[in-house]
Amino acid sequence: MSEDILRMRGITKRFPGVLALDGVDMRVKRASIHALVGENGAGKSTLMKILSGVYAHGDFEGEIELEGRPARFRNIRDSEESGVVIIHQELALVSELSIAENIYLGNEQTKRGVISWDRTNAEAARLMEQVGLHEHPQTLVEKIGVGKQQLVEIAKALSKQVKLLILDEPTAALNDSDSENLLELLKQLRENGVTCIIISHKLGEVLAVADEITVLRDGQTIETLHTVDDAVTEDRLIKSMVGRDLAHLYPPHTPDIGETFFEVSDWTVHHPEHRERVVVNNAALTVARGEIVGLAGLMGAGRTEFAMSVFGRSWGGNISGEVTLDGRRLRLNSVADAIRAGIAYATEDRKQYGLHLDYDLRENFTLPGLDKVSKNGVIDLHKVTSVAERLRGDFGVKAPSVYQLAGNLSGGNQQKIVLGKWVFTEPELLILDEPTRGIDVGAKYEIYELIQELVDQGKGVLMISSELPELLGMCDRIYAMSAGHITGQVDRENATQEELMRLMTLETASGGEEQRQ
Amino acid sequence: MTIKTTAARPSLWTAVRNINLRAYGMIIALVSIMVLFQILDVVLQDSNFITPRNLTNVILQNSYILILAIGMMLVIVNGHIDLSVGSVLAFCGAVSAIALSDWGLPWYLAVLVAVGAGALIGVWQGFWIAFVRIPAFIVTLAGMLLFRGLTLKVLDAETIGTDGTYNMLASGYTIAGFDLRVPTLVIGILGAALYIALAVRARSRQAKAGIAGSSQLAWAAKTLILAAVIVVAAYTFYSYKGLPLIGWILLLLVVVYTFVANRTVFGRHIYAGGGNEKAAMLSGVKTKQTSFWVFVNMGALSGLAGVIVTARLQAATPDAGNMFELHAIASSFIGGASMTGGVGTIIGAVIGGLVMGVMNQGMRVLGVATDTVQVILGLVVLAAVFFDVWNKKRASGPIVGTTPGGSGEAKRKGGGPDGSGPSGDDSKDKDKEPEPAGVK
Repeated sequence: MSEDILRMRGITKRFPGVLALDGVDMRVKRASIHALVGENGAGKSTLMKILSGVYAHGDFEGEIELEGRPARFRNIRDSEESGVVIIHQELALVSELSIAENIYLGNEQTKRGVISWDRTNAEAARLMEQVGLHEHPQTLVEKIGVGKQQLVEIAKALSKQVKLLILDEPTAALNDSDSENLLELLKQLRENGVTCIIISHKLGEVLAVADEITVLRDGQTIETLHTVDDAVTEDRLIKSMVGRDLAHLYPPHTPDIGETFFEVSDWTVHHPEHRERVVVNNAALTVARGEIVGLAGLMGAGRTEFAMSVFGRSWGGNISGEVTLDGRRLRLNSVADAIRAGIAYATEDRKQYGLHLDYDLRENFTLPGLDKVSKNGVIDLHKVTSVAERLRGDFGVKAPSVYQLAGNLSGGNQQKIVLGKWVFTEPELLILDEPTRGIDVGAKYEIYELIQELVDQGKGVLMISSELPELLGMCDRIYAMSAGHITGQVDRENATQEELMRLMTLETASGGEEQRQ
Repeated sequence: MTIKTTAARPSLWTAVRNINLRAYGMIIALVSIMVLFQILDVVLQDSNFITPRNLTNVILQNSYILILAIGMMLVIVNGHIDLSVGSVLAFCGAVSAIALSDWGLPWYLAVLVAVGAGALIGVWQGFWIAFVRIPAFIVTLAGMLLFRGLTLKVLDAETIGTDGTYNMLASGYTIAGFDLRVPTLVIGILGAALYIALAVRARSRQAKAGIAGSSQLAWAAKTLILAAVIVVAAYTFYSYKGLPLIGWILLLLVVVYTFVANRTVFGRHIYAGGGNEKAAMLSGVKTKQTSFWVFVNMGALSGLAGVIVTARLQAATPDAGNMFELHAIASSFIGGASMTGGVGTIIGAVIGGLVMGVMNQGMRVLGVATDTVQVILGLVVLAAVFFDVWNKKRASGPIVGTTPGGSGEAKRKGGGPDGSGPSGDDSKDKDKEPEPAGVK
């Protein structure tokens, strides 16, 4: 048998308008720990979805070879039968069921068609012992912490005779000691012949545990490094992850920065349900007229939470701090207040939170600014149509008419509608959360131009993005956020990806306390 | 891109093919059902079904369901349901009968008492649904029991009779002694003329602003046919006794509520909140307040319907309005309401109610037994919703496969593997993403 358990060759996966994976190659050695790293959107999760059968054979190009035999998975069940199990970042456990029930969910232990609880619990206890989970098998999953839940997932994978275990950001939600336990367990599994692929943003962790590291960037394999032989360092990895030509991805722009007009200070936000969790901790930032300010951070750093809590307390509980605009202290208790005060927030998830997909352009463009097209609560339909017609032109939305449903448009055009609907409210400050997520390069360029036009009119823009090159290419100043804290800011001249990455991964003093457990 | 840019002036055939089945399908269905019964009556009984008398009866017998359906449509569009309207109707009817007969209040105050009581009940239910966020199904299920019980209590399980002008609300043909027969014809003709005038004005304003509309021919045909329907209907009622008083009340409600639904900020907020609550909330819509007022309105309309039922029976009875909630809900769904909220029209609800009313009346005239009528009406509700689902699939069919998560279907399914968007990390973020406050 070959020493590779897995070979993926020339994997190409297209989504409309986007090439998510472009001829990716990847080899994984048997009984090793293999890390897959790359920026958000590099294609890591898509690649793993292909490997685990989420995208069926035929939905993509390229070949997968598992243990020397071609693998053609039609669905997750197929891949699991071949011993490939994926554990997603968001755990797929039913919290109202017991640990044992979760382990054997979909694979119930039966005797003549009737579930045998004795066997279920006994077998579960054996698996739990193996992963070092010291709980009673009948304990409900909701009663145990995230770290232990992760172990339940692994036990569940073991119950399926796993050969190749894929973990997507397994430690993202864990505190340090839980993370350490988990990584130890992976090493132990390696001793027992289980191969692991882990996707992780925590490079320190990756270097500590992985035998080999594959770097993906823009849907392509950049390189595969042997951790020990190649003497890999974090800096070396970051360079490999982010290096790319920034020259002509961003429209040229000469900023005309005026005075600071928007300021948030001492901003602290708690989780709306778990009130003891601090999600944004004493954050402060400023935006000047004509300025594009970036907000960088890894997933879960609290960027969106920060933005939404400022936007009329649309997220979070127990919010404290001050927001001032043009020297006036604002009291924003609702989104309507925020809109009236001149703040707009374009969400990162335009399909769920940004648009009414079943409604046409007219309705979508005018919803937040309905008072601008109405008098005493009565809407002037003619005005609605002409406003929509004007915005459709101004924002270059490619749709045959304003009667087109938003859901029928491509991501780039939908994003233009989202921008348009907020510009129509005539805001002073626009908070743009991942304004170019999931849209193709051409549309991105148009969005960038629109953003620059906005600041040229004297508005301020706060741009949240997970793509560092985008922030570097667009922003005049960038804040970095880590675990709810703003850990620093860098000017356009001094900004580098390495510096931002350092700030984004900076462990803050209180970082440990913010974990749920 | 999946959009095919159509020519500026589509041919009549494209216009027919692109016809919005959801919007016009119900009108077509209603007319077809009437024609079907006409044929059956002629063949089986050698009589006419489409007679002024029969049509008037349909209005008289279904008026209260239609009133409920108007309110129910807004509730469903806003993403809720109301199971309590039958009981609320009975309670308000009882209270107004007591006000009229026991307290000796004049008829208009008795009406006001009923509508006010309904609105207060709406405040109660709206509070639990909108602000405490208990599902409407539960709150109104509780209300269904609660207000039926209270009806029995205030009536002492007895019947209270009503008389005088009050009863004319449900069956009269005059207002303050003024006969409504001639006004039926006059206003019908004026209404048709006004409709044409408004359509022409809107069209010319659109043309001036350079906005492409549907083809000239299709537009003209649609406008003229609808105007003709209005005139024919007016003439039909004129040739019997004129449009009954309750018909006028209904007409007024339809006009006012259509205006509110389509042309007011509040109305659009009802739709936006039901179509995508999170997006609406993040667009500054006060979704909770909107839902609250939708239920207050439903309560008030239940109160009005209670008056009509009481007036029609000339008495408040403990079991008035039994099952009416289900008829109102069925009317809304037959009339094109979407199960997930955000879609539906007032006129659709009324037509949905009329479809049921006409079928009921038609089968009764044919001598079909009540049990069979129930079976058939049940199947009609199922068929109407099936048609809606099918029509939606037909409309969005090619889109589902090409835009990841881009269609309404994908959104409702909560984004399956295909709905997770092009960037691989997308779906992961979606799960983690903070939800807007108060949206659960």
